[in-house]
This record gives sequence, structure tokens and C-alpha cells, in this order.
Amino acid sequence: MTGGTVDNARIVSIKGSTVQVKGLSSYRMGEITFVGEEKLIGEIIEIEHDLATIQVYEPLEGLRINDPVFLTGKSLSAELGPGLISNIFDGIQRPLEMIKKITNSAFIERGIQTNALDRKKKWLFTPNKELQKGNIIHGGDVLGSVIETNTIECKIIAPPSTYGELLEIQDKGEFTVTEPIVTIKNQDNKKSELTLMHEWPVRVARPFLKKIPVHEPLITGQRIIDMFFPIAKGGTAAIPGGFGTGKTVVQHQLSKWSNADVVIYIGCGERGNEMTDVLREFPKLVDPHTKNPLMDRTMLIANVSNMPVAAREASIYMGITMAEFYRDQGLNVLLTADSTSRWAEALREISGQLEEMPVEEGYPAYLGARLANFYERAGQVVTLGSPYREGSINITAAVSPPGGDFSEPVTANTKRFVKTFWGLDSTLANRKHFPSINWFTSYSGYIDVIEEWALESGLEDWGRYRQEMFTILQQDSELQHIVELIGSKALPAYEQLIILAADIIKDGFLQQSAFHPVDSFCPIDKQMKMMKLMLLFYQRAHLLIKNGCPISLINSLKSVQILKRMKEDIPNDNLMLLNKLEDHIHSEMEELGSKYGYKV
Amino acid sequence: MARITVKGVSEIRGPLIVIEGVSGIQMGEYLEVNLENQPSRKGRVLAIEEERVIVLLYQGTYEIEKNEIETEFFGRTMQLFVSEDMIGRIFDSLGQPLDGLPSIYSEDYRDVNGLPINPTSRIYPRSYIETGISTIDIMNTLVRGQKLPIFTGAGLPNNKLIGQIVRQARIAEQDGSEKFAIVFGAMGLTMDDYIYFQRLFKETGTLNKVIMFSNLASDSAAERLLTPRVALTTAEYLAFDKGYQVLVILSDITNYCQALREISVALETVPSRKGFPGYMYSDLASIYERAGIVENSKGGSKGSITMLANLTMPNDDITHPIADLTGYITEGQIILDRSMHNKGIYPPIDVLGSLSRLMKDGIGEGFTRKDHPSLSDQLYASYAEGLDKRRLAEVIGRKELNRRDQILLSFADKFEETFVNQGDEHRTIEESLALGWSLLSQLPETELTKISGELIKTYMTKSEEEIA
Repeated sequence: MTGGTVDNARIVSIKGSTVQVKGLSSYRMGEITFVGEEKLIGEIIEIEHDLATIQVYEPLEGLRINDPVFLTGKSLSAELGPGLISNIFDGIQRPLEMIKKITNSAFIERGIQTNALDRKKKWLFTPNKELQKGNIIHGGDVLGSVIETNTIECKIIAPPSTYGELLEIQDKGEFTVTEPIVTIKNQDNKKSELTLMHEWPVRVARPFLKKIPVHEPLITGQRIIDMFFPIAKGGTAAIPGGFGTGKTVVQHQLSKWSNADVVIYIGCGERGNEMTDVLREFPKLVDPHTKNPLMDRTMLIANVSNMPVAAREASIYMGITMAEFYRDQGLNVLLTADSTSRWAEALREISGQLEEMPVEEGYPAYLGARLANFYERAGQVVTLGSPYREGSINITAAVSPPGGDFSEPVTANTKRFVKTFWGLDSTLANRKHFPSINWFTSYSGYIDVIEEWALESGLEDWGRYRQEMFTILQQDSELQHIVELIGSKALPAYEQLIILAADIIKDGFLQQSAFHPVDSFCPIDKQMKMMKLMLLFYQRAHLLIKNGCPISLINSLKSVQILKRMKEDIPNDNLMLLNKLEDHIHSEMEELGSKYGYKV
Repeated sequence: MARITVKGVSEIRGPLIVIEGVSGIQMGEYLEVNLENQPSRKGRVLAIEEERVIVLLYQGTYEIEKNEIETEFFGRTMQLFVSEDMIGRIFDSLGQPLDGLPSIYSEDYRDVNGLPINPTSRIYPRSYIETGISTIDIMNTLVRGQKLPIFTGAGLPNNKLIGQIVRQARIAEQDGSEKFAIVFGAMGLTMDDYIYFQRLFKETGTLNKVIMFSNLASDSAAERLLTPRVALTTAEYLAFDKGYQVLVILSDITNYCQALREISVALETVPSRKGFPGYMYSDLASIYERAGIVENSKGGSKGSITMLANLTMPNDDITHPIADLTGYITEGQIILDRSMHNKGIYPPIDVLGSLSRLMKDGIGEGFTRKDHPSLSDQLYASYAEGLDKRRLAEVIGRKELNRRDQILLSFADKFEETFVNQGDEHRTIEESLALGWSLLSQLPETELTKISGELIKTYMTKSEEEIA
């Protein structure tokens, strides 16, 4: 975002992060303006007669009344083209590495204008062979492709509004993002040139042909998510939790291990060191699905908590627009936002400066509408243009409810629009049970879809295992109330067995260490087998107890420890070892049975 | 930039004055109001509407005469002269000396609001700081460049704990290869607490390494908004320009937030929870996020800012907006527990509630010791379970517990009596680790689910020998 034309306009008031301006030559909602001699970037958010209110994305110190204002004729837009992946941007898509170079300082200074995409870098463009002169080019048509990273081939697609006759397409060769690769003649006989990149206003959802129902799961390698509360590709999920419940770690895990094609991680008003951690760690990690470095499919937006709030408000839209760009190429994109509460707070702050009437807890009345707008940009779609492509966007958004209270406006409104809810629980977190996703408050709206998918994918036992484990956990929670009053000794053996089985499930299955080299990612096959073994143990032990075996003997079986530790002890690339465990459990149970004369 | 002087004001309310008919004023501009027979008062431009300027006066508006006063606008934002000469001195929140010595004049000056650190320039903090306190070193390890608040309640010994950390912690290498300084921001402190800290610095021999910025309970609330900012501006200069390892101590964040609320109400901002302004999260972030380590042009580190902040939870309520928002920004928290304190345990650290988010990358092999992560996990897990059993014992009586439960309960008791309740003792990391192992040796080995057999073999026997 550079340039802008000076107007006769002048600043008439300055307050918080907004300025008011009079005398513009045109007044268009959402237009990007440069404010003051330093050309601070802002956006018109309110117009009243000849008075325009501009929300400025940088601190306003030093601005004066009567300082100049520059119009750009553009809305807040994202640059879309090769070079986005592996990059880290601020909330208005300025590359942070570039800012560092320009300022030669560790701090983000004001008034820095830079393009999102490198204008000098040349990309090897391969034209789409199907295209011939005289063809009609529609929006969304694939013009060719560029190898963006080892993982991602970036399809060069005609901007959505394109319509015209193909006059010329360049041969395979190297181009910068602004050099023309295709020339078309549109309806009124005007020539226009298409380049590797185009721009799109971030507050407008990119068009697609149609939305289609979601049909397969996003595999995350996180057991409680994949098996208990799965999310479909194209689905939405919220992760609410008080501080210290591990929201950010869950978000990191999803970005690291999900089988999405592209991951966009938005650090929206969170800690600076967390973004540094991602920057430090991701290039070293290997994507389990492609074996390439994780950064080859990841881009980051970092608008940390002490960066300007107005840019924090914009960061969410910037992220989702970039996600739509990759969706339109026919890819599955995972967008994780941490945290939408900080975004909502930015909204509240700006609304306060506009002196709008607040509703709940000072939030503006349109909070719900804005949230809906955001989450509705997720989904599985058929894209515009040819060839036929399906793409999807997943949104997983952290919510930071004040005091961990889920009834507050942001959590409550978010719940209206997301289908999956991973409620984090501070009681679990205090016990270092991570991920601290509570299995009673959480839910997934995609169970039916995933069940169908599981049947087709040879995981026909998934639904049954899930239900059986749930039943054990449910019974356990009821029993725990009694145990708290009278201790577990007083319970009959079969009820003590339920507590033991639930304990194995909680320790050995639901808890998953994000920092353990093996446990951090758990393949689906391993997850299924683990469930199978745990349930097998429970059923066998149940039989033994029915036949009079005391619970203490079962408690001290080696199998108990084996079941709790197999998540870490069995390497993900040698799942055959799980069969050995199964044999071991069988034989241990049989031995117990024969020794004491119980039937197994 | 030329200075502009204006006579008279049009409105005076609370700490705010409104001046009309003046042009060329900058947002955030620094100004002084000149009074007869009184020191001038300092202020800052908060908002401008055409020729109407709204100003916050840090020393309040009492005794200001509407038509006669002169306001001088300085044509720049508030700046703080910074210099290494500040070390060992005491200042007010505007950087003026309170110790009777001359003002600081330096070629270097900084805007007190600072700028956000570019995340790509940060260096992820990984060097642990040995504080000599077991519950911190083993269970909630402090890392250089971390921001860690102490959530405390009225009457709990948080200042004593900070004192102990100042006395014992090795923030910088002590072989003289690294420079060390403490920057202390006193925000709304009572005279008693203030004297305590002064004495502490004197006793620990750190007085010549401390820069104090002092805003006492009786001082102006508006000025309190500046205290952490001048403190951190100074800290940034020392750490990032001069390569110091800086420990910033802020006390008390609660007083700061109450001042923020007071001013925001005067400005008629829409309140959110408990009357605190909606921007309190961003405002607190602009303080806490100034801690850290940044890389220099060669990719190495320049120095560091580690931050400890006292935060008194009103009514011991951790869900209060001040504690809550802080917890979302800082890299963990140390919580002090009243029931532990009442039992006579010092430091009364709530081990289960406390957290150090940076711990995982600063401990273990190559940092503290190989067994540290597992040992810490095991102590945590067994203690948590022991506490459950204590709750159960409260209902059904200790005798009714089964044998395993009794063992766990007595482990929890011992853990509190020895590991937590260390008093003024200074324990090295090795000593704390050994103590942890000796506590674990009371549990049957089947209970040690978080530790690998190999580690148990290496360290368990060793620590038993040590005890013998």
C-alpha cells in the first residue's frame, strides 16, 4: 500500500485512534486514506455530511489539526499472489521482515509503507496449456501456475470480476508479480492486462460458484478432537478458555499437524513471544503429510497485543481474504485465529470512539453480525472458473472469555455461529490434563457427516467406540460425586472398574502431550487401535469381575500401565507393535482367569 | 518545534482542562501549566477538536485559576532523558530527581510511550534464572526476558518474596561479563511498602544498581499512568541500547489500573467490566509487552528485560478484570495462597495455580538438568492427587482412606512442609531437585508414571545417597 493523492482535505479533530476530516473530494465508506505528513494508514468508517471519520492503523501522536489527508481510491485490500506463504505480516499485510529492513530497528516505527508481495522477485510461470487465443476468460479461470514453495503450487487465477477475450498469454518464463502474463480484451473493446497478483477488498467475501455440504474430516492428529469432537473440512470451531487453559497450544497443534493444504495463523492481540515461538519452531518442523518443512504451507499474521488496535480489527479480515485466495485455487485452508476476543475488544474500542450506543458489556450492537459475517466465510465451495475445483476453509478461533465465564457476549455470540465447540476447562488445566478440552461441555455438529465418512473409509467401528467410551466417562462422572463423599472403597467392584477404565481413557487417550516427540501427533489408525484396546480391556475385566475376581487384582495388572503409556511408547511408524500389546493384554487376562478359575 | 503559550482555559473538570482558540497543537503533545509560587504542572494532549484541546494534567487541577493561567505547549511528545547515570538514583514519574541530586542531562532521550517490538526481532527467551526458591525454580521456572506477575492478596507476603528474589536471583552472569540493573516502578505504594523496598535494596547491596521511579499512594493518580512507562523506557534504553540485563519490578498493577479507571471515567469513556475501560487490555499490553529480548544487528542479543509485577487481587478474586486481563498477557503467574499463609507456610505459593509459560523451553538437558521436566511433572501430579485425597479425608476422615490414598496424602503434606515451606533459605537448583527426588522416594515406584525408569535409576538412588 503506497502512494495516494493529496486532497484539499484537512483534519478537524483527533481522538483515540480516529481522526475526523473535512473537505475530501470524495467520500466513500471504507476508502483507505493516508493521514498527516507521515502518511499514517487509515480507513474511512463513518460519514456525516462533509465530515468523515477515519480509523487509523497507527498511533496518532504528533498529528495536528489541518494536517493533510491523502486519498487512495482503494478499499482496504489484500495483495493476493505467489509469495504469501512462509511470510509473516502485520494486521494490514505489511511484511514484518520488510519493516525490520526498512527501519533497521527492533521496533515497529510509524508511517512505514511497503507492499505485501516482493515486487522484485521473479517467479517461474507455467501457462495453462488449455488456453488459446480467442478463448473467453472468466473470473476464476486458471491462467497458469507458479511453484510457490515445495508444498504449494500457486495457481494463477483470473480475478473474480474478469470477463474478456484472450489476446495473449506469455510462454513459460520468469515474471515479477506485476508484469503482465495475460492480455484480454473486455466487452467494450478495452485491453486489460492480468498479472501474477491481484488485489481484493478484505471486507468483501470473495465470490464462489456455490457452497456444498462438508463431507470429510480435517484430520488433526489430536485424539480428543479427531475421535470425540471432530471438525469437517470447511467447518468452524471455537476454542474458548480462561488464561492458562492452553488455547494457544491447541491452536499451535492444529496448525502444525492438521492435514490442511495451507495454514494461516492469525496472532490477533496476543503475546509477542508466542509469535516468535512459532517463527522459531515451524521452520524446523516437518509436515507429517508432505514431509516438507511446515513453513512451506504456513503464513502468519502477527498483530500482537501492543500493536495498534485498529490494525487488530483488520487482521481477521486480512487473514480470511488470504484464505479465500487459496481456497479459490482448490485447496483446503485452515485459518486459526488467536484470539477473536481481542478482535471483538478492538471493535468495542473503536465503537466507543465513535460514541455508538453500547449494548452488553460495552460491545456494539453489531458484534453478533460481524462475527456471523466472519464465520460464514468458512465452508466447502465449488470455485468460480474452470477447471472445476472444490476448495474449503476451516476456521478454528480461540475465544478468551473474561474470568473463564462462557456466558459473556463474545463466547455466547460465537456459539451461535460455530458448529464445533471445544470448551477448555481450568479444572482440567490445573491438573495438567492437556488438552484441557472438557468432554461434557464440548460438542461437534459434524458427527453424522464424519460417521458416514468413517463407514466409507474402513473405520466402521468409530461411532461405536466413541459411544462406548462416552458411556464410561459419563458413568465415571456420576460415580465421582459419590467417591467425593464416601471414598472409592465403598463402591462395588464393577463400579470401581468403571473408575479404572475412565482413568485409563483420561490418562492414556484424552491427555496428549504437545511437547512429546511421539505423542504430539497421533495418526488415525493408532487412535482407533488405542480405543479398541482400552475397550477390550474394559470388557474383559468386566467379565472377570462378574465371575468374582477382586478389583485389586485388575488394578495391579501390567496392562493398566501399558494402556496408559502406549500413546508415547508405540512409535507412530510401527503400529504393528500395538498388535503385540493386544496379545499381551489377552494373555495377562487369561492368566489371571486361569489362576483363579474365573472365566474370561 | 516552536513552543506555543496560551492564556486561560475554558473548562476545568477532574484532572482535565480544556483550552479553546489554539491551533497547531499535536496529538499527545507535552505541555506545562505555569502557576504562581508553585512548580509548573505537566500534562498531555488527549484529544483535539478544531481549536479545542483536551488536556490531562498529571498533577491535577486543584487551585488552577481559569482566566489567568498560562499553558505552554512544547511542540513535541513527552520525552525522558535517559542515561546510565540514572542508576542508583530516585525519580518521580516524570523523570525529575527526588533525591536532591541534579537532573539528568543526556544526549539520549526517548518517547515514554515506546514502540511495539517487531515479533521478527524478538529472541525467544530460553535462559533460566535461578531464584533460589524451590517452588519457582523447579515448578515455575523464571526465564530471562519473561514477564511474570505475582498475584497476591492484601496482607500476603508478596513483598517479602520479591525481596528474596532480588537477594538471591542471578539475572546476569556474576563474573562481570554482563551488566545488571534493577528498575523499580512504585505505583501508588504506601510509604511503608516504599520504605521496605528502599531498605531491601540497601540490605542486598543492590542500591547502586537500582533506578527508582516513585509514585506513592498520596501522589497523583494521573501521574501514575506514566510510572510504568518511564520505568520501561529507561529499562529499554539500558537493555537494548546499553546491553544490560534488566530486572523491572512494578508494584502495584492494581493501583495503576484504578488510576486508569479514574482517568477514563473523567474522559467519559464507555466502561466495560466493573467500570474499567474497554481498552484496559491494550493498555496493560503496552506495558507488559515491553519485556523481552531483541536481537541486535548481528543477530545476537542486546540485553534483556525481565519483569516481575505485584498485583493485589481485590478480595483475592482471580477473575477480577485486573488479574484476568493480566493473566491473558503475561507469560504465567505466581499465585500466593491465603490458606497456605495461614498455615504458616512461606513462601505461600499456590503450586497448582501458578504457571510459567516459558518454562518448557528453558529447562531440561542443556539448561537446568535432564531430569527436571519429568521430576517437575511428577511432583505436580502427585501433589495434585494428594490434595484431592486431603479433600476426601476432610469428609470421611483420614483413617477411612485406603493405603494408596494415605500415602499420597502424606506426600502432599510433606511436600508443603519441606519443599514449599523453605523460609529464607537459599536453595540452588541442584538442592531443590534433590529435595524433589527425596520426596518422591516416599512413593511406591508404580506411582511415578511421569518419569522414565532410566531417570529413576540415575537420580533416585543418587539422592538417597546424598541424604545418607
